[in-house]
Amino acid sequence: MDVDALAALVPDGAQLALVPDNSLSPGAFARALVRRGVRGLRLVGVPVSGYATDLLIGAGCVAEIETSAVTLGEAGMAPRFTAALAAGKLRVTDATCPAMHTRLQAAEKGVPFMPLRGVLGSDLVAHRPDWKIIDNPYQAGDPILLLPALSPEFAAFHAAMADEDGNVWVGRRRELATLAHASQRSLVTVERTVRGNMLEDERLAPGVIAGVYVSATAVAEHGAWPIGLLDEYGYDADHVALYAKLARSDEGFAEYCARFVNAQVARAAE
Amino acid sequence: MSGKSDELLLIAAIARLITDPLGHPVRHAAVGAASPIPAAACWLAKMQGADIRLSLLHRPRGNPFTEGTRELFDLAGQGRIDLFFLGGGQIDGEANINLIGTGDWPGTAVRFPGSFGSAFMYLTVHRTILFREEHSPRVLVPRVDHISAPGISPPGTFRRGHAQALVTGRCVFRFDPARARFALASLHPGETREGVRAATGFDYDEPGEITVTEGPTEAQSALLAGPVCDAMIETYPDFCRRVWGRGMKETGAKEQAA
Repeated sequence: MDVDALAALVPDGAQLALVPDNSLSPGAFARALVRRGVRGLRLVGVPVSGYATDLLIGAGCVAEIETSAVTLGEAGMAPRFTAALAAGKLRVTDATCPAMHTRLQAAEKGVPFMPLRGVLGSDLVAHRPDWKIIDNPYQAGDPILLLPALSPEFAAFHAAMADEDGNVWVGRRRELATLAHASQRSLVTVERTVRGNMLEDERLAPGVIAGVYVSATAVAEHGAWPIGLLDEYGYDADHVALYAKLARSDEGFAEYCARFVNAQVARAAE
Repeated sequence: MSGKSDELLLIAAIARLITDPLGHPVRHAAVGAASPIPAAACWLAKMQGADIRLSLLHRPRGNPFTEGTRELFDLAGQGRIDLFFLGGGQIDGEANINLIGTGDWPGTAVRFPGSFGSAFMYLTVHRTILFREEHSPRVLVPRVDHISAPGISPPGTFRRGHAQALVTGRCVFRFDPARARFALASLHPGETREGVRAATGFDYDEPGEITVTEGPTEAQSALLAGPVCDAMIETYPDFCRRVWGRGMKETGAKEQAA
């Protein structure tokens, strides 16, 4: 399966969880989704959103997003996100990072909700009817926030390796295991496939997400780009800065897509 | 403020706040996204001999976490992070911060990036240094349009710490959570009491004695240009290029994708 076939598994209107630009975000998969012309995605930032999300919003693929922030890091604000919100084309539900993690942690445990410290006094609470404050049942006079479990329909990220048993290896980025455990279907692009079963290697096993949590994989070399991949390649700050510059205008964004998103098809066909 | 000497001044000022003996002792400091000046201040404090463990979230190599930011927030929830840094698109006189935006929710006039972990970290870490380089009435407002994270909490609400100080491009304010009020602590070189008052949208106390913010000593400047820059270059290449004129190429660490 190639990355375009993987992207074809995501139907219009699907809920899709994406990871930030420091956590194996799947750049090639996002570009494949744009090529596929998916519409009405309900994105979830786990816990924040970056390049892939801004690209999908700019291409008109996204109806709504729940996230704790959208940012291009040193390259600044995410221009297509900002423009879509201002134009009233995007429904935004704000969260705070640990709330996103906690909701996934509840889902991976199979419990309906989980408490979280802090957050009380933030205006986020008033805008989240699904977040509830209760009195700590173990200690009266201690208000605490409850968050509903979240089990995204799809999650997507880019891993270094997949093996013959469908396991994928994410190194130290084990927060992706929580995401995969909680999600209904995880779609994973990888740099390469390896023989055998990585879970039988004691040194690889801690960074493995077991195949039981992985619905499908596709090989995509440099599949995180312009995001970095562990110690294999770095974050391409120059390219993200170029994206941020072009995406400031509709014309610039179209130019970006022509050069870096749609051109990919031609390159793959050669 | 715009030049690199100003950035070095801010780094030195924040490093002094970190090692302030009157504050909650800092054994473990964490630094979040897009925060090269706070990160440099933490490295400087550590390289001057402070016994601090640094967790820099966005460091691609040598990142201390094996479960990403999920682990950071779990640590903070337990009270195992002593110091964190927050900024804000707006900050008000009660130390409320707004990362949502201005106008109606969720920022219909000007949208900011979003609240990140601020709503949690401000209440769970033992102390927070607020940092925002732009010091103007549009940033330092009488009342934030939306509260991402509250500066103070009512009695009975779980909270471990508050803002210790607010560092801007013009001055350092100290924060008193009991009074929910800032006080001017030091003016950066060239700034005046009147100038700061005019550039600040919120009211604050102004003690009779106000010092001038001190820049880095010669020894600090050497540490910053050497080992601090070495430690930061992979995470903040643009910043290191601008402030110390150092590029990534000499480290040979970066691989460009095709």
